[in-house]
This record gives sequence, structure tokens and C-alpha cells, in this order.
Amino acid sequence: MSGIIGRKMATKGILNMNQLLLGSRVFASRTFSSSAKEMTVRDALNSALDEEMSADPKVFVMGEEVGEYQGAYKITKGLLDKYGPDRVLDTPITEAGFTGIGVGAAYHGLKPVIEFMTFNFSMQAIDHIINSAAKSNYMSAGQISVPIVFRGPNGAAAGVGAQHSQCYAAWFAACPGLKVLAPYSSEDARGLLKAAIRDPDPVVFLENELLYGESFPVSAEALDSSFSLPIGKAKIEREGKDVTITAFSKMVGYALQAAEILAKEGISAEVINLRSIRPLDRPTINASVRKTNRLVTLEEGFPQHGVGAEICASVVEESFEYLDAPVERISGADVPMPYAANLERMAVPQVEDIVRAAKRACYRAEKSVPMAAAA
Amino acid sequence: MANLISKSRNLNHFFLSSRFHLLSLLNQRSSRTPSFTTVAGGGFIRPTAKFSGHIFRPERYQSNQAGEQLSTIYYEEDGHHQNTHENQDMDFPGGKVPITPQMKFISESSEKRLPCYRVLDDDGYPIPGSIFEEVSKELAVKMYSSMVTLQTMDTIFYEAQRQGRLSFYLTTAGEEAINIASAAALSLDDFVLPQYREVGVIFWRGYPLQQIANQLFGNKFDYGKGRQMPCHHGSNELNYLTVSSPIATQIPQAAGVAYSLKMDKKEACAVVFLGDGSTSEGDFHAGLNFAAVLDAPVVFICRNNGWAISTPINEQFRSDGIASKGVAYGIRSIRVDGNDALATYSAIRAAREMAIKEQRPIIVEAMTYRVSHHSTSDDSTKYRPVEEIEHWKTAKSPISKFRKYIQRNGWWNDENESEHRGDIRKQVLQAIQAAEKVNKSSLTDLFTDVYDKLPLNLQDQEKSLRDAVKRSPKEYPSDVPI
Repeated sequence: MSGIIGRKMATKGILNMNQLLLGSRVFASRTFSSSAKEMTVRDALNSALDEEMSADPKVFVMGEEVGEYQGAYKITKGLLDKYGPDRVLDTPITEAGFTGIGVGAAYHGLKPVIEFMTFNFSMQAIDHIINSAAKSNYMSAGQISVPIVFRGPNGAAAGVGAQHSQCYAAWFAACPGLKVLAPYSSEDARGLLKAAIRDPDPVVFLENELLYGESFPVSAEALDSSFSLPIGKAKIEREGKDVTITAFSKMVGYALQAAEILAKEGISAEVINLRSIRPLDRPTINASVRKTNRLVTLEEGFPQHGVGAEICASVVEESFEYLDAPVERISGADVPMPYAANLERMAVPQVEDIVRAAKRACYRAEKSVPMAAAA
Repeated sequence: MANLISKSRNLNHFFLSSRFHLLSLLNQRSSRTPSFTTVAGGGFIRPTAKFSGHIFRPERYQSNQAGEQLSTIYYEEDGHHQNTHENQDMDFPGGKVPITPQMKFISESSEKRLPCYRVLDDDGYPIPGSIFEEVSKELAVKMYSSMVTLQTMDTIFYEAQRQGRLSFYLTTAGEEAINIASAAALSLDDFVLPQYREVGVIFWRGYPLQQIANQLFGNKFDYGKGRQMPCHHGSNELNYLTVSSPIATQIPQAAGVAYSLKMDKKEACAVVFLGDGSTSEGDFHAGLNFAAVLDAPVVFICRNNGWAISTPINEQFRSDGIASKGVAYGIRSIRVDGNDALATYSAIRAAREMAIKEQRPIIVEAMTYRVSHHSTSDDSTKYRPVEEIEHWKTAKSPISKFRKYIQRNGWWNDENESEHRGDIRKQVLQAIQAAEKVNKSSLTDLFTDVYDKLPLNLQDQEKSLRDAVKRSPKEYPSDVPI
């Protein structure tokens, strides 16, 4: 294995090596002693914020505990010392208040980065996000643009219960006027956050608390301060030919693990890291399904009207003849997140669920399972 | 040692006796201290400040008169004693607070309501001793004629809705002085965030009558490209934020705009209009609190017109209007007669000055009456007496009051009046006719401005719409250009 990698390193550039490393990487494994630098998602986000604030004096950060406390999850660590209280604002406890203020500041030309301690709390400010930020450019016919970024942890953490665990990707992605991004790796985090801050439209940036501490290799290109990733482009994390698995955020890691297990059983899974929920990279998804003929959608959020539902509809609309099996949709359980660890485990998709669904899509299920059963 | 432990009863006795011994010692000490003062009418001995204010009563263990003793303290008349308690401050997070031994609840309402600043009386005479900013003849005449224009166009546009030519309209009837006087008091650099009853402000800034009509009809000349309901005006150039329907959302946004102006160090402030009803929204609290904490230069102009659709103010809040809420947020406030153009003008000029120079928020509560129905979707005679509406429409009209003032100054006469009214009426009717004839925005404008750049999915949708139009041209509306 290392011999093969060595030969490839000699003949291809750093980016390809990165692709190879990512393609064969196992979730949570740090066994590569490669020459690529490693960076946690937390550091990736922090460095992206730092560089964008340095490049553009109009960018400022606002939220609860972002300043003196260095950030509830330490994403904004060091920024208060470096940029001062004018650009890193600690706020009173009012999501409606600071979101409204951020929108107002954006109306007038500043570029706020609003942090929600978790997107569950963004519900207290949803009117400002949807009715003001998302719709203003349209309603004012382009006179009022809202170059704002709403960021924070989204989805389930570990043992935090119903009001701290919901995934809001589908809710925000339903709304025209918003862009919705969901990074997975550190490179995703850096590139997409920079793109979000530079973008003149309002962007909802969905992070994941459990990924903050994860380390990923980052290329030299990604470390450059001018780096950014295009919004609306998904990434093929692992190429395959038998079944397409779409995922975003933490679930990408799970999908990659499942792909490893499936590979041992002779099923080659293609894992797509969506990166962008709105706009959804329908061309990439459809091209992949036309290649593999089978689709498994994966998300942590609630099943009804979820991201998987939209992907399924898109594929049925555009690539129906290419499907050899019904689309498998894996999502969280249709219940508010329970707290007890055993119940929580059953309420979110696990790697085994992904493997089983992929096998069903390949008509390789061990037992005949009724169509309506949950994974 | 062992002996002592086994004989527990003896042990207790030992301790008890020693305690009494201690007490007697203390007793002796206390009675010997020369610093005790006997209190006239109190009848018992109290320690001085040396004992840090707590009652040192060794006999307390035996006394069953503690209650009486304590109660005597509360009605203590001796000034010397009160000072030793009440001149002390307590340290708490947030600063020192004076203490008081009196348990006193602050009343839910003051004896007197906050006074209302007024310059002209009901007959348009300046009240003797009133302080106000002088207004030149040119400015006064411009203000007055703009108020008349506002009233005239409101009436005609309202009628146009009734005739089915417009889908919706809401008027500023009764609030013309607030609209025009406030606009006149501001500079064009001040960024205005309206609620929806402030078309007079954007008009004063230079938004033409024809443009108002264009917005109402949603035609292709509308700056909003026909995307908004009537009366949702907006103009980047004139620093007037496009009207947004949800109530009070503009309040915290104003603090954000003010923050941006503060960062740019501009000689300007944010000015946000809000109604009495909007003060019930969570956004009101968040916006005011935050503006105070951020030292944001924003002027909150509350049009307290007594009604929020059918909800009268006594069902909206129980405070003394809105100006009284300022102190709760640490915001300087004033209550002004909103039907008095001069008072409103002066108050807002002063408020703006303070907001910018001192970098702080200011609240101006303009008292008035909503003569109009809430909108064309409302019939307010259903929930309030017609006589009340008539009274405010005639006897208390801000327009008549100001007219009396300027006519007495020789700046205006009846001839000017009829000429101006006739002129405006003609202009408005022409504007309506012209706006009605203009085509609506083209099909392209359905898809633009959702994002900064047209995304792929919308490009696809536009293309498929155009294809559909080509296939069935008869089903496509004739006044929408392709």
C-alpha cells in the first residue's frame, strides 16, 4: 500500500495526493504520517475568520461569549485580543436582538459574522434570518444586499437532548435568498467559511460540534489566505461504481467508514460530500447516480421534508431511467432527540445502518426486509 | 479525656455553663461600653456603628420580645441613626446601591404622567415661554405644503383602492406633522428605517409623487420592480430602508445601522419609526437594550397614535406610554405633541444632535391620533366611535393648527391654499393615470435579486418559463413584457 502511494506521490501533484489520502482515510484515524499538514476543524474556522477579518475591515464577529470567553466552542479564540471590542462583540442574551442588529449593520454595508451558540437558538431569531436577511435583496430589487454569515454548531452533539440536537439544514435550505453550507473537513471549513464571508448574499453556515476537535490533513493551497471553495459544488470524497451515498457534515465520516466496510464485501460505494445544501449540486449528484445506478441519501436530521427528500426528488426527476433500485433514505428518527445514551444512539444513523441500506440498494440484503422498515 | 466523653450529660452541662459564662462576660462588657445611647421613645439600648449595624443582644437567647424590639427600629425617628444605615451603599455587580431599612415597593405608575412638550396651542398660537427652534418662512411653507400634499395624495390613493385600481393602501391621516416635521429635522445622511406609515419622510427627501404612484401600481419604474405590496417604499439613494411588513423588526436593525455609522465615524444617526403596538414585540426590547449597551447613535421615534388596528393602547401596555420606558433601558427620552409641527421639529433636531454628539440612543414619543382606518382592509368605526375620529380629524388636526400659525405670520393665505390643493390634486390624478398605463416589470425580474448573481436553478426555471410562454402565448398576461 505504501509503495503504491509512494509511486503516486512521485508522479502526481499535492492535490491528488490529498485526494488519495482522503479517499482512503478512515474516520477518526490519525495513522497517516504524511507530509500534509494536519489541522483541526476548530483551528480551520479560527484561521479563516482571522484572515478574513484581517483582509477586510468591514468584517466583524458578534454573538454570545465570542469575545472575553474566547467563544463558547473556542472558535473565535484570540480574535478579541487581536481586533478589539469594536470588531468582536459580546452580546446580551438576545438572538432576536443581535441577529436583527447584524442584519441592520449588513444593510448599511458592514459584513457581520453572527454566531449562534447552536442553531437551535437561531429559532429565536428566525424572523430576522428569513423575513429580513433572506428576502431583502429581492424585495428591495437589489438596493439592499445583506452580506451576512450566520454560523454555529448544528445537529446532534452527544447527550444534549431535544432542544440542542436538531439539524436545521432542511429548514434553511427551503428558503430562497439564503445560501446554506455544511463543511465536513478542515479544508471544507476554511474554504467554505471564507467563501461565505466574501459572498454578498446571506449565508447559513452549519458546523458540527463533534467535528470541531477532529484533525484533517490540509494542503498548502488550503493554508493560503486567498483560498476559498466554490459555493454550490459538492466533492466526491471517495470514488466508487456500485452505489452513490450522499452526505454532509459529520455523516460524511460515517459514510466513508461504511464505504470501507462495503468495499470488503465487494460493494464499491461513491461518497459525495455535499458541502453546499443550497444551492444543491444536482449535476454532480445526478452524474454520480447515472454512473452507479443506485442512491443512498444520508443525513442526521428529521426524515420528513429533509435534505434526502429533495435529493431523491431531484434524481427521480432527472435520472429516473438510470435508477436500478429504489432510493434509500437514511435520516434521524422521527422523534425529538432523546437524552439517554442508548436511546440517542438509536435516534441517529449509525455506520451499520448505512451499510445495510447500501446493501438493500444493491439487492444484497442478508434478510428480506420490508420496504417501509427503518434502517 | 475518656472520663469527659463517657459522661455526656456532664459534658453538656460543662458546655452550657461555659456558654452562660461567656454570655455573662459579654453582658458585662456591653454594659460597660460608654458608646451606648439610649433612644428617646425607644426604651431599650442599641449598639452604635461600632458593632457594624447588627443588633447585639445577648439577652436575645432568653428574650421573647424580639419582634417588638425589631419593630421599634423601623419607626426610629432619630436622624443620626437613620444616617448610619441609609448613607451606606451596598456593593453589588453593576455598582453601588443605597440601602434602606424601609420596605418600599415602587409604585407601578407615577402620580403624574410624563409631560408632553408642546409649542403651539390648539389654535396655533405659540405658548408663552415655549422654547423651540425657529423655523424660517421658506422651511415653514415647505413643511406646510408638504403636509397638505401628503393629506391630498393619501385621500386620492385611498379612493383609488376603493375603486379597485389599487390592491391596498394605508394613509397617514392625522400624522402628517410627525411625517413632515421629523423629515425636515433630519439630514439626508441620517439613515431612516420606517415602519410603514411614514411615506411623508421619503417624499420630503425627494422621492417624487410619480414614484409613489409607480410603487403602488408595481410597474416597471417602481424601484422595487413590482415585488412588494403597495406602500412598501424604499430608496437606497435617499437612505430610506425598504418597508418590511413584520412589526418592529426594524428596531434592532436600526441599532445595527447605527453601529455601522459609529464605526464609520459619520456625522449621522439612524432614525427608526415605530408605532405604539410595536413596543409589545420582543424586538423592541432587544433593540432598545442593545442600542443602549452599544452606545449606538439611533433616534427611536415612536408614533403613539392610540391604536394598533383595533387594539387601543390601554390593552397594549400598562406603562405610561413609551417615553417612560426609556429609563428602564438607560435611554434619554422625551414626550412631544406629535400634532404640533414645531414641537416635533424642535424635539427631533435636539434628539438627533444628542444622538450624534454624545453617541447614544434617544427616544422621542410623538403623541398623536390615528385618524385613518388602519388600512383599506379595516373599518375602524367598528371598534371606535365616529365622533372620536371626527374630533381628532377636525379640532385637533395638525394641518389646521400649523396653517393658522403660518397664516398669522403672513407666510400663507387662503388663495395659496386653494391653489396648492388644486395643483396637488391634479398632479396626483395625473400620476395615477400615468402609473396605471405603464407596463409591469418584465418576466426577467421574477428571478433576479434572489441572490446577487442569478443561480443555475433559476436560470433553468426562467428558460422553462419562457419556453412555456412561447408554447401558449394566449395564456400569458398582456401587460407583462417578456
